[in-house]
Amino acid sequence: MKILVCISKTPDTTSKIAFKDNNTQYDENGVQWILNPYDEWYALVRAIELKEKDASISIDLVTVGLADSEPIIRKALALGGDVAHRINAVSNDSYYVAYQIAELAKKEQYDLVFTGKETIDFNSSSIGGMVAELLDMPYVSLACKFEINGTTATINREIEGGEEVNEVVLPVVVSCQKDMAAQRIPNMRGIMAARTKPLHVIEPVAVDALTTIVKYELPPARQSVKLISPDNVAELARLLRDEVKAF
Amino acid sequence: MSVIIFIDQTEGHIKKASYEAMSYGAAIAKQINVPAYGVLLGNVNDDIAALGKYGVSKIYHVTDEVYNHFDAQVYTNAIAEIATEAGATVVVCSHNQSGKAVAPRVSVKLKAGVVTGAISLPDTSNGFVVKKNVFSGKAFAFVSIDTPVKVISLIQNSYGVNTAEASAEVITKSVAATAKIKVTAVHKVSGEVPLTEADIVVSGGRGMKGGEHWGILEDLAKTLHAATACSRPVADSDWRPHHEHVGQTGIQVSPNLYIAIGISGAIQHLAGVNRSKTIVVINKDAEAPFFKVADYGIVGDAFEVVPKLTEAIKGLKA
Repeated sequence: MKILVCISKTPDTTSKIAFKDNNTQYDENGVQWILNPYDEWYALVRAIELKEKDASISIDLVTVGLADSEPIIRKALALGGDVAHRINAVSNDSYYVAYQIAELAKKEQYDLVFTGKETIDFNSSSIGGMVAELLDMPYVSLACKFEINGTTATINREIEGGEEVNEVVLPVVVSCQKDMAAQRIPNMRGIMAARTKPLHVIEPVAVDALTTIVKYELPPARQSVKLISPDNVAELARLLRDEVKAF
Repeated sequence: MSVIIFIDQTEGHIKKASYEAMSYGAAIAKQINVPAYGVLLGNVNDDIAALGKYGVSKIYHVTDEVYNHFDAQVYTNAIAEIATEAGATVVVCSHNQSGKAVAPRVSVKLKAGVVTGAISLPDTSNGFVVKKNVFSGKAFAFVSIDTPVKVISLIQNSYGVNTAEASAEVITKSVAATAKIKVTAVHKVSGEVPLTEADIVVSGGRGMKGGEHWGILEDLAKTLHAATACSRPVADSDWRPHHEHVGQTGIQVSPNLYIAIGISGAIQHLAGVNRSKTIVVINKDAEAPFFKVADYGIVGDAFEVVPKLTEAIKGLKA
């Protein structure tokens, strides 16, 4: 069985968010790049756990990015990916990115495609659904549990106030979130092995982006907090009623 | 031409998030001078014509049994088919669990650019530009949709609900489909307000010193009809169940009011809650970073402040 895990590089959670060129570009100066946490902790690690139970499983990785994505690809290989594909392009348009991934998936015929539920920079949660549509496959989003039995997957997905259990025959695209897998770190053997694992660089196929980012904006500075004395809790209740209209 | 709004239901009831999506879609329709129509998939017990009060003049109700359960693929086909039939130039849904699965698929199906996680009405003065949250709520992006048809998913509680006296014409339809996904079970957390749907969230952190102290939070939550939540260390210590964990790696919420009790406000926690409209922080440490993003705060002992707050609210409600 072949699993494709879609990965992306994102700024570390604690990175300072700033923009340049008249607020049209994210200022990457001094930014620490990481493997998007949802891609790593949930999508990739769950794929690795499945492979540990069934050695016939192979794990491909794909990212759409330039050469500066290679450190996060090597990390994903060190964790346990087998082969990586880097599609040599950069785009902020989800459709463009999903299209590139779907083209690879059509050639490689994966049984299972995993993505993180979203990236922590654009928060779009779009790639999984788009890839599924482009491949005409079913899609289960916000999965928190994934088990496989032969060619049938049993997947728990988040719904309002609980979880729903879905059964689906492969192939399927799944977006992954917390509870899917236990977080782990690469070991020395993995890091050494990752150096010689194949990393294919593929040129993108031509496709139009459907959206453009016009500009960015930082939120207005919050008004400083209105502090209420702990001896006057009733005042907070009044504010919650009169200003916040909470009840 | 028209604006089409996907009306989401579960177990026969329209989801609250869809009232807001309809209000938002109707406002876009008004802005570009076209009618707003709803698409409802699956059977519901609610009064469908009455949904006209949220601004939709017509509702396409697809009643084939297959739509009683959510399957992103068959839902997408039905929404896209109706959108095409109704000449939709904009398709709107909530950025909730279903919307996150459907919006990107519909976008591909209609070759329409999509903005997911929109937070306000599009600027249609020159093109079609939608404002959305990026960097986990730490910035906004203005995204131009460059295709004739546009798809938008709206973050919950970011626009609000508008009503006016009106009723919608209901058109019952059949769109044949076979679902590939079989729903075999539903595990609901019973008797509580669902966290992602809640208007108000009462959340506790390490400052609560143990799961056995949660009673005072639950009392406050009950008084405000709020959902309860917690920070990651609390869930990791098994003081509270994991599904209550909000933050970067947990659930992201955008309620009208988030009350943080005994939570310091680490950046990973803030990433899950900073889309909240109003934030109240109760913490005995005046230096807690959470106060920097709070609207109201009390520096004090939660074990004294929270019961007093609950009593004061009960007093004002009486």
